[in-house]
Amino acid sequence: MNTSTTNAPPAPESNILLNVNGIEVIYNHVVLVLKGVSLQVPEGRIVAILGGNGAGKTTTLRAISNLLKGERGEVTKGMIEYRGERVEALSPSDLVRRGVVQVMEGRHCFAHLTIEENLLAGAYTRSDKGEIAANLDKVYTYFPRLKTRRTSQAAYTSGGEQQMCAIGRALMSNPNMVLLDEPSMGLAPQIVEEVFEIVKDLNAKEKVSFLLAEQNTMVALRYADFGYIVENGRIVMEGAAQELASNEDVKEFYLGLSGEGRKSFREVKHYRRRKRWLS
Amino acid sequence: MGFFLETLFGGLMAGMLYSLVALGFVLIYKASGVFNFAQGAMVLFAALAMARFAEWFPKWFGFESLLLANLLAFIAAMAMMVVLAWAIERLCLSKLVNQEGITLLMATLGIAYFLDGFGQTLFGSDIYSINVGMPKDPAFILEGMFEGGVMVSKEDLVAAVIAALLVIVLALFFQKTKTGRALRAVADDHQAAQSIGIPLNTIWVIVWSVAGFAALIAGIIWGSKLGVQFTLSLVALKALPVVILGGLTSVPGAIIGGLIIGVGEKLSEIYIGPMLGGGIEIWFAYVLALGFLLVRPQGLFGEKIIDRV
Repeated sequence: MNTSTTNAPPAPESNILLNVNGIEVIYNHVVLVLKGVSLQVPEGRIVAILGGNGAGKTTTLRAISNLLKGERGEVTKGMIEYRGERVEALSPSDLVRRGVVQVMEGRHCFAHLTIEENLLAGAYTRSDKGEIAANLDKVYTYFPRLKTRRTSQAAYTSGGEQQMCAIGRALMSNPNMVLLDEPSMGLAPQIVEEVFEIVKDLNAKEKVSFLLAEQNTMVALRYADFGYIVENGRIVMEGAAQELASNEDVKEFYLGLSGEGRKSFREVKHYRRRKRWLS
Repeated sequence: MGFFLETLFGGLMAGMLYSLVALGFVLIYKASGVFNFAQGAMVLFAALAMARFAEWFPKWFGFESLLLANLLAFIAAMAMMVVLAWAIERLCLSKLVNQEGITLLMATLGIAYFLDGFGQTLFGSDIYSINVGMPKDPAFILEGMFEGGVMVSKEDLVAAVIAALLVIVLALFFQKTKTGRALRAVADDHQAAQSIGIPLNTIWVIVWSVAGFAALIAGIIWGSKLGVQFTLSLVALKALPVVILGGLTSVPGAIIGGLIIGVGEKLSEIYIGPMLGGGIEIWFAYVLALGFLLVRPQGLFGEKIIDRV
């Protein structure tokens, strides 16, 4: 592995919320999907995992939230620490109680429940009625659209509303850290911006940290503080978001820009990418 | 007319009992997407436990009161159903998370046969009776309107009231409580439910326990009417057309479906039977269910399959 990153790793900050160290994930006992991924999320930041289809973004998030078992995957090497505590062996519901919650790719709202019931279901791990009511109010202030649709069955709302419902539902558990998987998937560019604005807002006002997996590199780098680029189950590059956005390779491979304008020599690109990163 | 009404009532009462068994199917299917073939065996197991405990407790502890015996037996039988639910989750379902529906169906088929045998090993295989003090004598109503009135069985009436209460309690539980909401959430998307911290294992134990409760009630009513014996577990086969008719995901559907099947069976036997040489009661329900599958596969009240394109 050749992590020929031009940037130094993130400055060692004292308040690292999540620390993933060299994890390997194997599906079905044979398929090696993550080949040693390490990343860190400092408290109160938005960190993005970027990469193409099948790079291992979702698997990384699922490894952290412990939702791999249902997909017949398991973490075989490395460790995951949340606030200094090893969390690989915890169940998803224990993790939610500790403040780590995942918003799954493709939204996954409860189709037959109303929007409000969806949100309340998200408060399953909370028992204080006052706190739940306050959280519900908070979610409605961040997502006013949800309030207008609160009595509709989730399946009948639009894609953007469902994405908001999924994020709002996760917020109902009062998390410190949200793992956000492909929030832009299948949404109109305008809605994508709206969703990311709210994420940024939540990060700034509620001090919620985000680890988000995105294919939409352009948007993600605009809102994130820090980014990791994953390819073939490895981190091939990492750096502050602005640095990544101005990096020539990132521009060429992910943003579709290059010195000579737009090109589409896929074979060439693939070869060059291999040469530079994967060798 | 009096005869017609009598048949109608008879059908309604029989239907109510089908509904009770169908309820168990619906509960488990709603929460875990498992078509629980073992529901009939659970009814038999619960009824056996109830009958035998009510018989044994007075002997073991030396008291006479029938009420006390029934009460203790009910509690003990319910406790067994909860333990059973926990064991099924632990030993079977939790190992099969995310498997195909057919795998889970086969697993419940296995559970059904195991329960049939295990129940008889524990409690014996004779015919037992449950006596919870259900009124056995018939009542006559509407005597002013018809000569001789219409005869209905008081026992059936009581059974119907109990079944109705059970349905109301369950509906409230699903709609109003936090656990009920979590159960519906799991039914819709169990991965998403897991991702927001709903523990699947706990939910499954709860839902199998609730289904066990429904099985116990059904077992007591059937048992006190017909005696507790092996054939009780075959009642489940009559509940299959009920859930197809009413919809696999609807609690009210199970009730209405049961009533329609019960009434349809009895009326067709009386009025169409003679033309076809009788025996309609046995297959009527299945033909009705088949017809329904063709025109309305989700059943009368089943959740429409909502698919965004």
